Amino acid sequence: MNRREAMTTGTLLAGGAIVGLQAFLSGCKPTAAVAEELFTPEDVAFLDEVSDTIYPATGSTPGAKDAGVGEFMKTIVTDCYEESDQGIFKAGMADIRDRCKAGFGKSFMEISPDQRLELLTAIDGEARAHSESGSDGPEHYFNMMKQLTDWGYFTSQRGATEALRYVEIPGYYQGCIPYTEGERAWAL
Amino acid sequence: MPDQNTTFDAIVIGSGISGGWAAKELCEQGLKTLVLERGRDVKHLKDYPTANMRPWEFKHRGWMDRQFREENPLITKAAGFGEDTAHFFIKDADHPYVQEKPFDWIRGYQVGGKSIIWGRACQRWSNHEFSAPQKMGYGIDWPIRYDDIAPWYSHVEKFIGVCGNKDGIEAMPDGEFLPPFDMNCVEKDLKQRILDHYGNRHVVQGRWAQLSQPTELHLQQGRGKCMARNMCMRGCPFGGYFSSVASTLPWAEKTGNLTVRPFSVVHSILYDEKTGKASGVRVIDTNTREEFEYSARVIFLNASALNSTLILLNSKSERFPNGLGNDSGVLGKYVAFHNYRGWAGGDIDGYLDTYYYGRNPTELILANYRNLGKQEMDFIGGYTIFMGAYRSRNGEAPPGVSIGAAYKEARSVPGNWAVYMYMQGETIPKATNRVYLSPDKKDQWGIPLLVTDVGYDDNDEKMVADFLAQAREMLEVAGCRNIHSNDSQQAPGLDIHEMGGARMGRDPSTSMLNEWNQLHHCKNVFVTDGACMTSTGNQSPSILYMALTARAATYAVEQVKAGAL
Repeated sequence: MNRREAMTTGTLLAGGAIVGLQAFLSGCKPTAAVAEELFTPEDVAFLDEVSDTIYPATGSTPGAKDAGVGEFMKTIVTDCYEESDQGIFKAGMADIRDRCKAGFGKSFMEISPDQRLELLTAIDGEARAHSESGSDGPEHYFNMMKQLTDWGYFTSQRGATEALRYVEIPGYYQGCIPYTEGERAWAL
Repeated sequence: MPDQNTTFDAIVIGSGISGGWAAKELCEQGLKTLVLERGRDVKHLKDYPTANMRPWEFKHRGWMDRQFREENPLITKAAGFGEDTAHFFIKDADHPYVQEKPFDWIRGYQVGGKSIIWGRACQRWSNHEFSAPQKMGYGIDWPIRYDDIAPWYSHVEKFIGVCGNKDGIEAMPDGEFLPPFDMNCVEKDLKQRILDHYGNRHVVQGRWAQLSQPTELHLQQGRGKCMARNMCMRGCPFGGYFSSVASTLPWAEKTGNLTVRPFSVVHSILYDEKTGKASGVRVIDTNTREEFEYSARVIFLNASALNSTLILLNSKSERFPNGLGNDSGVLGKYVAFHNYRGWAGGDIDGYLDTYYYGRNPTELILANYRNLGKQEMDFIGGYTIFMGAYRSRNGEAPPGVSIGAAYKEARSVPGNWAVYMYMQGETIPKATNRVYLSPDKKDQWGIPLLVTDVGYDDNDEKMVADFLAQAREMLEVAGCRNIHSNDSQQAPGLDIHEMGGARMGRDPSTSMLNEWNQLHHCKNVFVTDGACMTSTGNQSPSILYMALTARAATYAVEQVKAGAL
């Protein structure tokens, strides 16, 4: 068998540990299926802005919102996440909203992109500290959001074709070619 | 609705990698052949629903949803399983079995079987592998040697198309190769550094069933050049890799001698006490649950190693109360597999001005260097290593940057190079590693469930330990840093290389099959899939099954024509 096939799937899943996978492999069983919609249209709009702060549009490439990452997050968290991770993710959304109100007196949707970046940079620092502490406990919600943003963005049509180089049918394989700094990576 | 015709010259049970070859050879050589497949039909091109899908067209971008994973804890573990390939694997609940010890039995039930989703590595066995069990005293002797099978390897290689380089290595004989896939810049250096350091450790280009440069024979099959998409397991719209559905089955169909009956689970092979031969097979239609009987002069059993064993065990008669041909009591025993537990990897500095184009569907092979022709280690057998170097998307951003525009840009370019290795180790067939029929549990068609009682032993532990130590050393020699290694502790079976159960041998009292893959005690039944394996060697086994099948089928036709069968 070709184990790189397995690796490719892993790479597809954002290149790292997949949130929820470990719990699944270790046999944790979530309880009942979620009956109602986890995310409202407002939630999706909010997640679009969170992801767009993580990966904003730049001169030549689209942002995460343009790539539909909010909707992607909704799909993955709803369909694929374990219930416990869904809870962490949802609580994380509430945390961002609360801290936004407390810090800026406005909703996340109302503050400026710079203010969003300021707030999420602070939260990102906490998430990284959480990872670096080597905690075996639950994942920090912002790491989930970043992972989903990265995965969703770079596998989206716009992310793959504009921020990376997507070659649908390479036609041949050439093992050793020159690379010039700044050239974009191949999309999956 | 019963088929009009229930009598054929030959019946092939199973349409996977070896069944397809049986069908091709038998049909080409003039036998009216019925292929029975328990799963649904799959037609080349038409039944590859995901073959041309782009990453963003998958709802979950490759991952399976939570409910599916909960309902399928077994099959979702399989290498290559994902949203793009799930339809070529079974669902757990449909096909239960009983695990006396943990054993991950990975199956793909459809026309084409697991040949659609196989790994495609095609190394030849060396003569050492055929002779080692007897020579080193860890098993019965193979009834054949490399020279017996070498022409059949050539026959198969030419037809399926195997890319590779003629490297002249003792552990892995050369074959009839199409041009190899390139090594990337890092891989070229890895190869040289490992060879320079050890003198006898050979890293070579993968010998893989990819059409790097199709020949006329491949074009006649309607297959074309591999486009380096590396999405083989979805089914290839170019026919760039070998599978039964892309190659052998359509080829057999063109002869006009082929009938394929999907949705046909074989209950048992019928034995005729008067003639002393098998008369046919009993089949249950999986949709209607009706039973049918088909008769033929010759039966090829190619249902996959454990299922072929199951069918023989379930083929009971007055003459064979313990399963067809099972006078020796060996049937179901000596099941072995490949040890895939060891993994290692590391980062390698430099090469930042180099990259590659296209997606390589092959891997490098580090040929076996342990116990080659003589016993040198504190364990028996050898291992092949698969490896490669790759340059992923940059995982790290400049210090302090982990959100925002600069972070996104940093993540859009290639990062550092990394190297990986994993083992494919021989395991030792033992009477205690066995499968048998459940005395009381049955599947939805009333066929007894298979019980798997297969585990690792001390030899496996020692081999894993040796691989892990050697892999770390070789990665260091190659110039890697941040070296990591891991014993996955995965259950046997997840290797999808289960072998044995109806092994070949010279002596009917210790084996089931003779040198032509015939049941010693029922000569018109041939078993040419993984069940026939006397030992496991350390090479990927599929091409050996194909070669054994072509050889046995040709022999069977000769015997039919001579009136001996």
